[in-house]
Amino acid sequence: MFRSALRALTVFGVMAAAPALAPALAAGDHTQGPAALPHAHFHFEGVFGTFDRASAQRGFQVYKEVCSACHSMRLLSYRHLLELGLSEAEVRAIAATVTVNDGPNDEGQMFERPGRLSDRFRSPFPNEAAARAANNGAAPPDLSVISKAREEGPHYLHALLTGYADPPAGMAMGDGMNYNRYFPGNQIAMSAPLREEGQVEYADGTKATVEQMALDVTNFLQWAAEPEMEARKRMGVKWVLFLTILGGLAYATKRKIWANVPH
Amino acid sequence: MSIGLHNSTFKNPVIRWVDSRLPIFSMMQNEYGTFPTPKNFNYFWNFGALAMINLLIMIATGIFLAMHYTPHVSMAFDSVERIMRDVNYGWLFRYVHANGASMFFIVVYVHIWRGMWYGSYKAPRELLWIIGVVIFLLMMATAFMGYVLPWGQMSFWGATVITNLFSAFPVVGDHIVTLLWGGFSVDNPTLNRFFSLHFLLPFVIFGVVFLHVAALHITGSNNPLGIDVKSPADTLPFHPYYTAKDSVGMVVYFIVFASLVFFAPNYLGHADNYIPANPMVTPAHIVPEWYFLPYYAILRAVPDKLGGVLLMFGSILVWFILPWLDTSPVRSMRFRPIAKWFLLLWGIAFGVLMYCGGKPPEGIYVVLSRVATLYYFAWFLVILPLLGRLERPLPLPESIAKPVLRGGGPLPAGAAAKPMEKA
Ligand code: HEC
Ligand code: HEM
Repeated sequence: MFRSALRALTVFGVMAAAPALAPALAAGDHTQGPAALPHAHFHFEGVFGTFDRASAQRGFQVYKEVCSACHSMRLLSYRHLLELGLSEAEVRAIAATVTVNDGPNDEGQMFERPGRLSDRFRSPFPNEAAARAANNGAAPPDLSVISKAREEGPHYLHALLTGYADPPAGMAMGDGMNYNRYFPGNQIAMSAPLREEGQVEYADGTKATVEQMALDVTNFLQWAAEPEMEARKRMGVKWVLFLTILGGLAYATKRKIWANVPH
Repeated sequence: MSIGLHNSTFKNPVIRWVDSRLPIFSMMQNEYGTFPTPKNFNYFWNFGALAMINLLIMIATGIFLAMHYTPHVSMAFDSVERIMRDVNYGWLFRYVHANGASMFFIVVYVHIWRGMWYGSYKAPRELLWIIGVVIFLLMMATAFMGYVLPWGQMSFWGATVITNLFSAFPVVGDHIVTLLWGGFSVDNPTLNRFFSLHFLLPFVIFGVVFLHVAALHITGSNNPLGIDVKSPADTLPFHPYYTAKDSVGMVVYFIVFASLVFFAPNYLGHADNYIPANPMVTPAHIVPEWYFLPYYAILRAVPDKLGGVLLMFGSILVWFILPWLDTSPVRSMRFRPIAKWFLLLWGIAFGVLMYCGGKPPEGIYVVLSRVATLYYFAWFLVILPLLGRLERPLPLPESIAKPVLRGGGPLPAGAAAKPMEKA
């Protein structure tokens, strides 16, 4: 009995180790970034982690007032902001600040109207070529899932936004390029978007340091990439608890059934 | 027995009526109820049942994903993200499906390893083993095409690299590639045919799995001792003994599965696949999913393209002839004092290849890949055929029931007779 339990452990140890090892094995391809990433602490980390709503809301403000000049978030609709804890009146007002092309109407004409809850976030450029042309040849990527699209997503974002510095002596910088410690190759076409304290004015009185703005916008981008995270983790805790109890029962049943079989 | 009717033993009149005309109840009873099963299985024998469950989970979640997925290059990526955001529990279905593919390979790799360690591929189970290898090849094709569907950067570039491999074959190579692509590059026609095939193949797998199980129920299961069942004292009825034991494994499997899905759903994935496919931008490193890494390492270990492709395919095709490469009369590695170390080393070589497959093909990784590749094939083609003749196996136990007595103390009265009555 003990021996077979031990064997079971070994087998499932292998099962569990395989996925644990694989990414470590599969990784190693994202080490072009020269500096090691500093690890900030985020409220959404861990099995019980939840979004810091106040920070993510401030982060949305940073996105709206700074990043949205260049970066689209085309997978999000204004109505999604309700899940971030903004009131419906607030979200309607935010949506109404943009102008949306709609139509054709009954006369077959296209027309403009203020944005609604159901509209997607408005993109700053009509197409990628325009985005490229306006940004020194490098198109700003869509930020909807950017946090999932980079290895160590949130840590990378926070590091990138605070990682601007003067290039080391002797480094030849491309035209219009900026030095960043964490960007692969260290030359990025985006100039430091968060430059000085007070660049945005937070309604809740939080001091808008560069570090604070970077953390806030990272919280917001993480929420945007995984809006299901809280529901997912909550469901996961229930499943694992249930399965653990079920496992105990299944094992007890098995022992009882096998009790008088020598094996 | 009345002519033309099956002689059913079921009491319930409705079941009896059906069973006399179509004996599916008798069949289930014989194959999963009273089926005589060696009494000495360890938990390695759970993995076939787990693979079956995994296949059903993939089909169930896949059908729901397909209801919301759009196989078009300009919409595929967004449709997957829409599943994640706007479809009720869409994130759950997608993460179960994506991580289910990884779980499937973990389970099947353990299942295959079990077969290798206990010699389950040897007579009379050669065809059963061969059908298993067919299932594995079908799984690889299915998973490869499934990974293309979300149309991220790795989808696109993985598809490009892997389909391009066929161009290494002389004369027909380029034609095969054009056929796979449905054009002259990986594009919308490629995505469409991959979606169609990705939908079809799991059902083909289902059919082949049926043959796998049918063949198993002719030969009966192997067991950790690798010796034949000699008498009913060696066996137990499948139910309730192994239904109970499989249930334990199943719950542990679901705990591992749930931990991945709910707490680390993108852990095994690649971040680049959340960047929409862009034919103009090549990712710095194109890496397949973790379960393909060993073969990818073999491919890159060979300096010649055709040679690499041949060795890569050969690394799995060689499994087909494994029953005839192994010349030892003994099945289980428990009784093969030398072979077991060489097989363990083969397992390590497989792990090394998996490691190297995820690294850039340069420096030490190439050297390691080459050594591991060499050993991978040497084990099958040289060591295994020779060892069967040179190695002296340990004495085999007389029967499955006997060694149990040896280690397990005196037999409680009647325990051995009990299964006999049921079987
Ligand atoms: C003036 C336009 C502009 C603004 C404002 C701007 N960005 Fe960018 N951003 C760019 C461009 C251009 C790139 C592409 C850089 C490259 O590829 O070299 C970029 C790239 C990025 C990347 C991708 C880096 C990578 O690893 O590829 C992230 C993340 C990012 N920006 C975040 C932000 C955030 C967050 C803000 C707001 C705080 C912001 N950006 C504001 C122009 C801008
Ligand atoms: C042997 C069984 C199967 C395996 C191994 C498998 C594997 C995969 C993999 C690896 C992916 C990519 C996951 C991702 O990154 O999103 C995928 C996606 C997908 N699969 Fe399957 N699959 C199987 C069965 C099925 C079945 C039966 C269907 C439909 C009937 C299906 C429909 C889909 C769809 C629509 C997608 C794209 C959506 C997505 O990317 O999440 N699959 N599959």
